[in-house]
Amino acid sequence: MRVLVVGGGMAGTIFANNLARRCSGELKSGKAKITMLSASERHMYQPGLLYVAMGRMTPDELYREQASLLEPGISFSVDPVDKFNLKDNNVVTKSGRTVGYDVIVIATGSRSMPELIPGLAENSINLYTEAAALDFYDKLDAFKGGRIVLTVGLPHKCPMIPLEMTFTIHDFLAERGLKDKTEIFYTYPIGRLHSLENVGKWAAGEFASMGIKSETLFNLKEVDGKNAKVLSEEGSTVSYDLLISTPPHKGMEVIEKNGLGQNGWIPTNRTSLHMEGDLGKNVIVLGDTTNIPISKAGSTAHFEAEAAAENVASLIKIGKATRSYDGKVFCFIEAGKDRATYAMFNYATPPQPRAPNKSMHAFKMAYNKLYWASARGIL
Amino acid sequence: MVDARGSFCPGPLMELISNMKMMQVGDVLELLSTDKGSAADVPEWVKKVGHEMVDTSQDAEGVWHIKVKKTK
Repeated sequence: MRVLVVGGGMAGTIFANNLARRCSGELKSGKAKITMLSASERHMYQPGLLYVAMGRMTPDELYREQASLLEPGISFSVDPVDKFNLKDNNVVTKSGRTVGYDVIVIATGSRSMPELIPGLAENSINLYTEAAALDFYDKLDAFKGGRIVLTVGLPHKCPMIPLEMTFTIHDFLAERGLKDKTEIFYTYPIGRLHSLENVGKWAAGEFASMGIKSETLFNLKEVDGKNAKVLSEEGSTVSYDLLISTPPHKGMEVIEKNGLGQNGWIPTNRTSLHMEGDLGKNVIVLGDTTNIPISKAGSTAHFEAEAAAENVASLIKIGKATRSYDGKVFCFIEAGKDRATYAMFNYATPPQPRAPNKSMHAFKMAYNKLYWASARGIL
Repeated sequence: MVDARGSFCPGPLMELISNMKMMQVGDVLELLSTDKGSAADVPEWVKKVGHEMVDTSQDAEGVWHIKVKKTK
């Protein structure tokens, strides 16, 4: 069975390595073959961008050579897909190669698109790319006091990041002695401080103790850079001295270009993780690329990839899939003051976040290194 | 239609707002939600932003069906 993995991010890499570990015998005998096509020779640990933006990590710490992460037996090429011919079970790459498959896994990810909101790209900082995170630190480092406004576009990757940025900026300002000269103003699209109701309630208490102000039901409409104001769809206006955004995201252009899903999100069955429709029988979609209404986060990609790898392994070995994805997500939440907590939930069970503590922060810092074992399909 | 059953994060209202951006003025979007809060927080946002509530109902399995028209 030829398994083609399109995308070398968290979902594609964990899937390929997990499958290769489960099917080492089949890979050796030639009964199974795993091919990965990626757009990059490097693999980035994206959650580390938060620390780069705060001056706590340097960008080189976020990368490994993709080939060094992959199990022996996985054929890897930096040659991104240009055309998906799902009816014919093949793809055509940018270099012009045609690659056939029996099962395809599409995990091309998503991209931050501040340009979707008028004025946002020119007038705000964000931390979704290496360059953006470095610019973020430059601006924060130069900040001498005033009003910092945090604003959120939809949909976006990593639902915890608006809160994590708020808490870590609060720490940064305290360390620099700028807390008394600064007002932190947090805005959020729905009527509470976070999409998860329990997390929102917890955050409200933290905001009160830290003196952080907020406005909810605030959806970005445009940024008036000349007058340093953010306008919401709901009709309010907020002034800023430094504007920090969580920009809206889209899936990758190649997905839209091939007609696989509006805005680059592929309609995907929430439990089988197969693409919806007749052509989806041998098409698995993972990570940010799906349109499943759960968090676009590395954790989601991780647990989806494990379920999918187990299914493809059993398909190879016994001819049928054995697992359903239950919507499991586990997200750390950096809470500032060297504390963290977490949210764990699935389709049936809401999260019950506990009070943040220093041990969970230490675990998160350790996970920043342990991630490379996750990517290898070990952890 | 947006099937947000079992969605805690980003949750039904965030899914609705994201999907409204992809629609044309005049389109009606149906949101499916198992979150009882949706019956209150969706109309609150729709009213504040100026779209139009079309219908809200709950089926025999307890799923909320909320229809919203994009007006601007």
